[in-house]
Amino acid sequence: MSSTFTSIAAPVADSPNRTLHAWWQAAPFTLVFVLFFLIPLGLIVMVSFWDFNEYELLPAFTLRNYFAIFEGCATLTEHGDFCVSLSTYLSTLKFSLLVWGITLVLGFAVAYFLAFHVRSPGMQTALFILCTVPFWTSNVIRMISWVPLLGRNGLVNQSLQGVGLIDEPIEWLLFSDFSVVLAFVHLYTMFMIVPIFNSMMRIDRSLLEAASDAGASGWQTLWNVIVPLSKTGIIIGSIFVITIVMGDFVTIGVMGGQQIASVGKIIQVQTSYLQFPLAAANAVILLSVVLMIIWGLTRLVDIRKEL
Amino acid sequence: MAHTTESRAPGFWPLAAVFALFVLFMYGPMFVIFVLSFQGPEGGLTFPLRGLSLHWFRQLAEGLGTVDIGAAFLRSLMLGGVVMLLTVLLSVLAGLAFRKKLSGGNALFYVTVASLIMPSIIVSLGIGLQFRLLDGGLKWLLEAVGATSTLEEYGTALGLFTSALGAHLTWTLPFGLLIMFAVFNRFNPAYEEAARDLGATPWQTFRHVVLPLIGPSVVGIGMFGFTLSWDEIARTSQAIGDVNTLPLELQGLTSTVTTPAIYALGTVTTVVSFAVIGITVGLAMLLGRHKKGHTG
Repeated sequence: MSSTFTSIAAPVADSPNRTLHAWWQAAPFTLVFVLFFLIPLGLIVMVSFWDFNEYELLPAFTLRNYFAIFEGCATLTEHGDFCVSLSTYLSTLKFSLLVWGITLVLGFAVAYFLAFHVRSPGMQTALFILCTVPFWTSNVIRMISWVPLLGRNGLVNQSLQGVGLIDEPIEWLLFSDFSVVLAFVHLYTMFMIVPIFNSMMRIDRSLLEAASDAGASGWQTLWNVIVPLSKTGIIIGSIFVITIVMGDFVTIGVMGGQQIASVGKIIQVQTSYLQFPLAAANAVILLSVVLMIIWGLTRLVDIRKEL
Repeated sequence: MAHTTESRAPGFWPLAAVFALFVLFMYGPMFVIFVLSFQGPEGGLTFPLRGLSLHWFRQLAEGLGTVDIGAAFLRSLMLGGVVMLLTVLLSVLAGLAFRKKLSGGNALFYVTVASLIMPSIIVSLGIGLQFRLLDGGLKWLLEAVGATSTLEEYGTALGLFTSALGAHLTWTLPFGLLIMFAVFNRFNPAYEEAARDLGATPWQTFRHVVLPLIGPSVVGIGMFGFTLSWDEIARTSQAIGDVNTLPLELQGLTSTVTTPAIYALGTVTTVVSFAVIGITVGLAMLLGRHKKGHTG
């Protein structure tokens, strides 16, 4: 993406004066990110090494918070489970992978349909906007909109009972892992569609004709031409979806009936009890996990580019 | 999709079915709560509809439990407005800066993207922490200089237009900058050069040449700014202090309110979002026509 803006730089004579002038224009924007992003991140790292008691934070350099998080994680519990932190991370990771897989397939199919099967540009834009409008409405509203459908007396249970498929209402439709994944897919497939569609629209259509002329079947064209050329969009979409789900606490909270644990939820609870050093240490660990995933995903692109 | 007489590529109909189901999946549930918000006074959270009424909207206007919905609504509206203005202003300025030689611009770009994909709870925690440390520092300072009366009045620096505003901007500005990049990617600098050659000042060039051309996209940035702020929860949650925005109140109400009043609130919020989208599209089209009238 770094090439995006080097290419848009207008051809002007560069002098120190001009750079200074440009920075004046970028200054307010930069200031926001310094004040509300970089400094807070620095403070999180710093405070994750601090000590605390019931009343105040105590500046120090201690690994106590990190040890507290992984206390008892060296061995399994007597029931053969992982410790709380580890199982919470694994559960959050499980949601991430599940949601990632579903949104990827669904988002790819929708983007593919829009990019290659809808022929008139006007219709293409209209349908694309149709897919993105829900993004500008409230996430919580979109979550609770599942209640009348999935609830114990919801539309799904009523219909299934009506046609005699089930006798008792299905309980796992709402406030369960199922409803959490469903809500994630409902909310965030858009983050896959937009970048993948964007990549697909840049594919030179004559390549598809060439593949077809060379005797490739539809599936072969899809797998060997379209998927590799859409991979930038796929990676960008994947990064969005995975990072959102890894840090989530709102969706898991509302759709899980406040009963399902997640890393984001732990941080939120610890913050509300003003246990900032613990929350900060959890944030640092979460950030490291997310960065590793992103690093892995971006390497996937570069390696393929080099081949 | 009306012109189906021409032959379709294989896979069209299955994919069209997937697409149609996807759209139903996106809009169906929203439509259901829209309908249920007009539930009669005896109606519950699910079907059947027991009459049609505005009962639950009236309930909403009177407030739900201890929550003053009207006040939260106004707070969110004001915050959204300020976020919108700042997002437009700062993104356009930064977008213009990136077209010039901006050494170190790469770093700024990466920080912006990092803010976009950073888990919101981390940003929120960081800002909350920052302002609490600031509170501690200020109180210590006030005590040190002996300003005891100010110290007693001082509450916290956390607030709607301090920490919450900053938290919202870390979410809206990346979208603003990316839109500016998309705009200037397709922007022909010949118009500006022509204006310069004719002796226009940089401000005149911007005001009379660049701004009319990028106008519709700038309106789009404004829409992103408002709607993203209007619905923001995760970044605001730990960084707001005592008062709450409307979506935060809404999130709290999901576990306590068991009447269709919550659907009524959903309908009201969604109507505001759609109104903003509608105004934006209208304004962008108006500006677009204006532009065409001038250049073509």
